[in-house]
Amino acid sequence: MQKFERQQGLVAPLDRANVDTDLIIPKQFLKSIQRSGFGVNLFDELRYLDEGQPGQDCSQRPLNPDFVLNQARYQGASVLLARRNFGCGSSREHAPWALADFGFRVVIAPSFADIFYNNAFKNGILLITLPEEAVGRLFREVEASEGYRLDVDLEQQRITTPGGEILEFAVDAFRKHCLLEGLDDIGITLQDEDAIRAFEEKHRAARPWLFRQAG
Amino acid sequence: MAGQTLYDKLWSQHLVKERDDGTALIYIDRHLLHEVTSPQAFEGLRLAGRKPWRLDANLATPDHNVPTTVVERARGNAGIQDPVSLIQVQTLDDNCEAFGIEEFKINDARQGIVHVVGPEQGATLPGMTVVCGDSHTATHGAFAALAHGIGTSEVEHVLATQCLLAQKMKNMLVRVEGELGLGVTAKDIVLAVIGEIGTAGGTGYAIEFAGSAIRGLSMEGRMTVCNMAIEAGARVGLIAVDDTTIDYLKDRPYAPSAAQREAAVADWRGLVSDEDAAFDKVVELDAAAIEPQVTWGTSPEMVTGVSGEVPDPEAEADATVKSGYQRALEYMGLAPRQKITDIKLDKVFIGSCTNSRIEDLREAAKVAKGKKVADSVQLAMVVPGSGLVKRQAEAEGLDKIFVEAGFEWREPGCSMCLAMNADKLGAGEHCASTSNRNFEGRQGYGGRTHLVSPAMAAAAAIAGHFVDVRTLESNRAAQEA
Ligand code: SF4
Repeated sequence: MQKFERQQGLVAPLDRANVDTDLIIPKQFLKSIQRSGFGVNLFDELRYLDEGQPGQDCSQRPLNPDFVLNQARYQGASVLLARRNFGCGSSREHAPWALADFGFRVVIAPSFADIFYNNAFKNGILLITLPEEAVGRLFREVEASEGYRLDVDLEQQRITTPGGEILEFAVDAFRKHCLLEGLDDIGITLQDEDAIRAFEEKHRAARPWLFRQAG
Repeated sequence: MAGQTLYDKLWSQHLVKERDDGTALIYIDRHLLHEVTSPQAFEGLRLAGRKPWRLDANLATPDHNVPTTVVERARGNAGIQDPVSLIQVQTLDDNCEAFGIEEFKINDARQGIVHVVGPEQGATLPGMTVVCGDSHTATHGAFAALAHGIGTSEVEHVLATQCLLAQKMKNMLVRVEGELGLGVTAKDIVLAVIGEIGTAGGTGYAIEFAGSAIRGLSMEGRMTVCNMAIEAGARVGLIAVDDTTIDYLKDRPYAPSAAQREAAVADWRGLVSDEDAAFDKVVELDAAAIEPQVTWGTSPEMVTGVSGEVPDPEAEADATVKSGYQRALEYMGLAPRQKITDIKLDKVFIGSCTNSRIEDLREAAKVAKGKKVADSVQLAMVVPGSGLVKRQAEAEGLDKIFVEAGFEWREPGCSMCLAMNADKLGAGEHCASTSNRNFEGRQGYGGRTHLVSPAMAAAAAIAGHFVDVRTLESNRAAQEA
């Protein structure tokens, strides 16, 4: 996993609650057996005026001029500002793959769906939960000033606005550690191999039917 | 000390290790796989030179991409027209073969939607932890199994370590007491719960469904309820073990052998919340007050009773809710205060891991029997959840009832639930669907989905618009009797 570096990120506002994973990456793109290349289809149905197909050259497709990520001022954004319950719906990890591939390193919202939350951190994306009114304020500031950037410092768990306001955020210690170090958590878990084996043996002895194969 | 909830018990029975950083290592008993979320996980294993930890914990079947017409299916994988879908199904076959994982392939009678297949085989048992790279894994919680969806990185993690890194959730109790009205089903209960608490209401919680109305449901109905816990924001839905659970599991292929059964059943009896268990949140619903439900918008929480109407966004005080409603009505092509029963349907889909089990098909068939699908409905399809459900339905003659009424009778798979195969809605088409998500574009680009129960879907197919199943002759007669 890519290490998380401190961001001086351009912010793009997506003003809509309950953004689901079908919206982040529509199902026709889940047919890929790769992990990369989903960025061009991020928010496909909002971004383009036609229906996208997997493997298609997206540079020729008609863009929706009203969609925020198509506006010139938000090109190169690495921080996505969103509304409540972002990432609800399916467990598709293609959603964070698409966000990361597009260039987003941080998503800020009042709340996130559980499975998406897990998936994002495993792909080097920092999700920051802030109170609804703080998010509302950021939306107003972003929309009011072009080139609005946030300084996102994971080490200090702190966001600094261009106006110098400091917003602290919470993140659990393990996720923070993995993100900062770019760690693969399978490797970390396998350090506990002996504990897993010991548990498995005890578990099998207590409930052998859980290990049974079809008769 | 307060007693334990069912979730607390399942958690502690699988706790390998608690770590200082607040995460825990949880042992996984059953891992279900399908073609969409597994290829990158197998690839990751290969790249790292790792092997699956315990092969017999895994069970795979292709479901999302498989075609559902008889002609295509007769040709096995070769019948998959879309080359990209074909690669995905073929990749699952190849990976299962290479790593030695049991798979029910496309034309195996046991193939089907992974959440129908697991319980049907007895591969989902009370007291298990069950995971799958699919959010509707919550379904398996109907068996008092701790079951939830995971992402592809976690699929790889489970394959490699037989464990997951997890954090304990909070406990929520949803109690539904009383008797359901005639024609009101498990689907209506869960839609009503989502309407009550919202699609983020369960975020961070494991929801246990309890109360007499839940106890009164069959296992099929309980699976429908737990299936949609995720639409209420909860990764986990749970129902305690009782006789219904134990009876359902008898003689299923993966269920305990005769020699193990007594000990297993004794163990399962303990899989209930203690009477003095403390829940972080409790929600109560009166079963008798639940009407047949219909969603009118683009989120499962945008739902109302069949006798209701589409809301008026202008009446909403919260700006985010108001703009959400406006956007939904525009997408759905509906007017404020339009009556639900005035919504006309272009297509009808009976299927998906929410409602494609034998009981669902029986309920739909009861409504369709001797009737005809309305001329204005272009396509009404019934897609059984597995090859075994299909076989059972045919043995009961349900396929004939559907076909005579003008429904298409298909081969098992996810089908138009998410339209990854050829079954999809056209732009602007309204569909009465027994699936679980009405998101924009979910059932096809520009498609308009209304989530309902199987009986409501069948009744809508026949009338061409939504009707209250409680007013149908069959139900009226039963009520008067
Ligand atoms: S039936 Fe629908 S919700 Fe269920 S697993 Fe398939 S695609 Fe997902």
